[in-house]
Amino acid sequence: MLETIGVKSINDLLVDIPQSLRLRSLQLPAGLSEFETMAEVAALAGRNRVFPDRLTFRGGGVYRRFIPSAVAAVTSKPEFYTAYTPYQAEASQGTLQAIFEYQTLIAELTGLDVSNASLYDGATAVAEAAMMAHVHNGRDEVLVSGYLHPEYVQVLRAFSEARGIKVRKGGEPNKKTAAVIFQQPDFLGLLVDPRALTTAAHDAGALAIACVDPISLAVLAPPGEYGADIAVGEGQQLGMAPSFGGPHVGFIACRKELVRKLPGRLVGTAHDAQGRRGFVLALAAREQHIRREKATSNICTNHSLCALAAAVYLTYMGPYGLRQVAEVSFKRAHALAERLAALPGWEMAFPERGFLNEFPVRAPKSSAVVRKLARKGILGGLDVSRWFRELKGVLTFTCTEVNDAKALDELVAALES
Amino acid sequence: MTEPLSFELSRPAVDPPRLPGAEEGGAPPGDVLPGELLRSRPPGLPRLSEPELMRHYSRLASLNYSISENFYPLGSCTMKYNPVANEAAAALPGFAGLHPYQDEETVQGALELMWRLEQALCAVVGVDRVTLQPAAGAHGEWTALRMIRAYQHSKGEARTEVLVPDSAHGTNPASAALSGFQVVEVLSGPDGRISLADLESKLSPRTAALMLTNPNTLGLFEREILDIAELVHSTGAMLYYDGANLNAFMGICRPGDMGFDAVHMNLHKTFTTPHGGGGPGAGPVGVKSELVPFLPSPTVERTDGHLTLDHKHPQSIGRVRSFYGNFGMLVRAYTYILAMGGDGLSQASQDAVLSANYLRKLVEGDLEMPHDGPCMHEFVASANHLNHENGVRALDIAKALLDRQFYAPTVYFPLVVPEAIMVEPTETESKATLDSFAHAIKEIVAEAKTNPQGLHEEPKNTPVGRLDEVAAARRINAYLQGQSEDPVLRWKSPSETAS
Repeated sequence: MLETIGVKSINDLLVDIPQSLRLRSLQLPAGLSEFETMAEVAALAGRNRVFPDRLTFRGGGVYRRFIPSAVAAVTSKPEFYTAYTPYQAEASQGTLQAIFEYQTLIAELTGLDVSNASLYDGATAVAEAAMMAHVHNGRDEVLVSGYLHPEYVQVLRAFSEARGIKVRKGGEPNKKTAAVIFQQPDFLGLLVDPRALTTAAHDAGALAIACVDPISLAVLAPPGEYGADIAVGEGQQLGMAPSFGGPHVGFIACRKELVRKLPGRLVGTAHDAQGRRGFVLALAAREQHIRREKATSNICTNHSLCALAAAVYLTYMGPYGLRQVAEVSFKRAHALAERLAALPGWEMAFPERGFLNEFPVRAPKSSAVVRKLARKGILGGLDVSRWFRELKGVLTFTCTEVNDAKALDELVAALES
Repeated sequence: MTEPLSFELSRPAVDPPRLPGAEEGGAPPGDVLPGELLRSRPPGLPRLSEPELMRHYSRLASLNYSISENFYPLGSCTMKYNPVANEAAAALPGFAGLHPYQDEETVQGALELMWRLEQALCAVVGVDRVTLQPAAGAHGEWTALRMIRAYQHSKGEARTEVLVPDSAHGTNPASAALSGFQVVEVLSGPDGRISLADLESKLSPRTAALMLTNPNTLGLFEREILDIAELVHSTGAMLYYDGANLNAFMGICRPGDMGFDAVHMNLHKTFTTPHGGGGPGAGPVGVKSELVPFLPSPTVERTDGHLTLDHKHPQSIGRVRSFYGNFGMLVRAYTYILAMGGDGLSQASQDAVLSANYLRKLVEGDLEMPHDGPCMHEFVASANHLNHENGVRALDIAKALLDRQFYAPTVYFPLVVPEAIMVEPTETESKATLDSFAHAIKEIVAEAKTNPQGLHEEPKNTPVGRLDEVAAARRINAYLQGQSEDPVLRWKSPSETAS
């Protein structure tokens, strides 16, 4: 190859690099065989403690759920996971159609007109929705109502600061408010009144942004039904492992009036000369590779493979499977809440508030409780006082379809011991 | 060959899957919660049996090109082979099963991996610390610019402009604008490299940073990089490195030594995590010591072999993503680095440069080469002559390659070259593959001269032919303006669109 090029050595190809910059070698260990590599990586994995699914009662934005085998069987197909972003439509119809199906599934779940091809995670989805509202109505404050996931608030703050937008927590919307953002169910698992929040936002001329749990939408009113303008959320529960927090997927859907402000990819239908239906990247004129500094967002891709996992999961479940998942989780969480609240010194932190499958309880010596459970192999409730000082002693517990009745017995027995 | 949508395959007779506890007692939400909180009708999800679902997605998979089957000569995208061991590593239950809010004591292995990956990336690019939080390259660019802004604010400076070369990736100006900066374009000179004179004329006390990739998007090394760095630093501005082209020089030189203050890396390019059809990726950012206090929080710290997540960074730009980034991608990248080692990474870059120069030589008689070589890991050719003489454009060549079992190169980028065809072969393609690609180019160029009309009609062997994006855009406009019920961007049952 060197001979064809007409040079003697690789160094002849590197002549443009100033000599003073040239390295002798990288200060890294020498390479390993696959066997040695995997042994080393497995040793690291072995230094982590994995709690069994059925004994995991911790949520806070990432949940253990039953993942049908079909999900990994599809996402581990190299035709999907080693494909590039679908710029060349004719050679990417598999990915494009899967995204189009994902967009339709999210639109159906949220009850809104259009979903994009996905975003990085729930936190950046909240932030991008707030930026959409700011661009839409030119107002420069967003109002966070109630217990929005604290890390979502942190990311929202980082994004907002960059655009000169103020993030206000609590209070009423006014004529400076670009959007009211609320989470349903909220970070603690409690149900809010989305209609009242949406109406208050609209009365002030602001947009309503609902951050929602996708599984909950099998039973709860979707944002489109109560008039929210944008729905966002974290899609991890739709077939993705916890994986220490990622990669997962953020979803975002909106009313059609806002579609031109949507960040990220969008896939639409198109036809070829023979009239065959295919799928293409649509409305690319909003995006950075065309608009450069005038783009609606700097996002140039999405979390395609995670969106594919979500699409397979939702298609596997169908409307009634998804409802069963939500209902079983609801029933188990309510059974657990009743038993925890009956323990000596324990009480529901907000007894008057409804919840789905995650709920806050006030526990005596809460940190000791969590440590005790861990010793018994149970990943107990999440101590939310690390983010909210007013919630000292409050733990949130979560139940899903993987926490069977016997697991609930084991948890309660461990607490009673 | 096309495949119906899952919604079109849906059959109401399909029972839902059997799920744990479906028959359990207890009141369902419908009996407990107030009616206005509940959904009025079930979501319109499709109903498929498992065999129908598996066949549907298998057929969709067969409609894709992928690096597992085809050569992707995509300039600027570094489409390398994705080692399957990476996938096995990320799927280990000791990683995939970790909850992000487990106590630190129970996740020491995960934190150790993040710490070691950070050390390795520091060594490769020559910086002091790295944040692993950004989820993608563009996210990393934005994160780096936020840090630069915070640093300058901390010194009482309010610099408002970011300089971006005209050959830069579109994400550069977009990230700069969304970080609160004004974008000022710097021109390339006739040799394809940044014009020092133009740079000098645009630098001012307002300049916060110059965003640069080196080698630049033309695949050319900025020979005057040390002068550029001195010029930029002399005005008090910072130098930002776009890591899209890092695959050109691992073990050969380092952005940190060139004078860059912040560097983003694409683990999905240089470090072989799969592209996934458009993500998830990961875009870590490395910084020199003066930017360290501004890193996103938390950072991973290691004291006497014990690892912690440190949230106490009063000057931090905050959090740019939930949890700790795309951890699964970090596992894959670390696995790759372990397997390759310092020697392997250096060899990879040398081979990438060799492949690009070899392929450039093979096709230089067929395509125009607007700039002199040697190139680094990629080169930009032009179909300008074919367009003038035969009416055959870069897009036609791209589509014709699809018919010959190659993915298309990046076309019409960078913007400074008309009819650009940007080719990055990477080190994981064999000489035989490069030869056959060059042969395909020769055939296409010959056809351009004899039968240009034939090329306009390609691709013919793909599942669909060229799709009419203009007509699609018109239909979307009609929908958005309320003149049509067909949403184009989602499926609707025929009964709904007719109503």
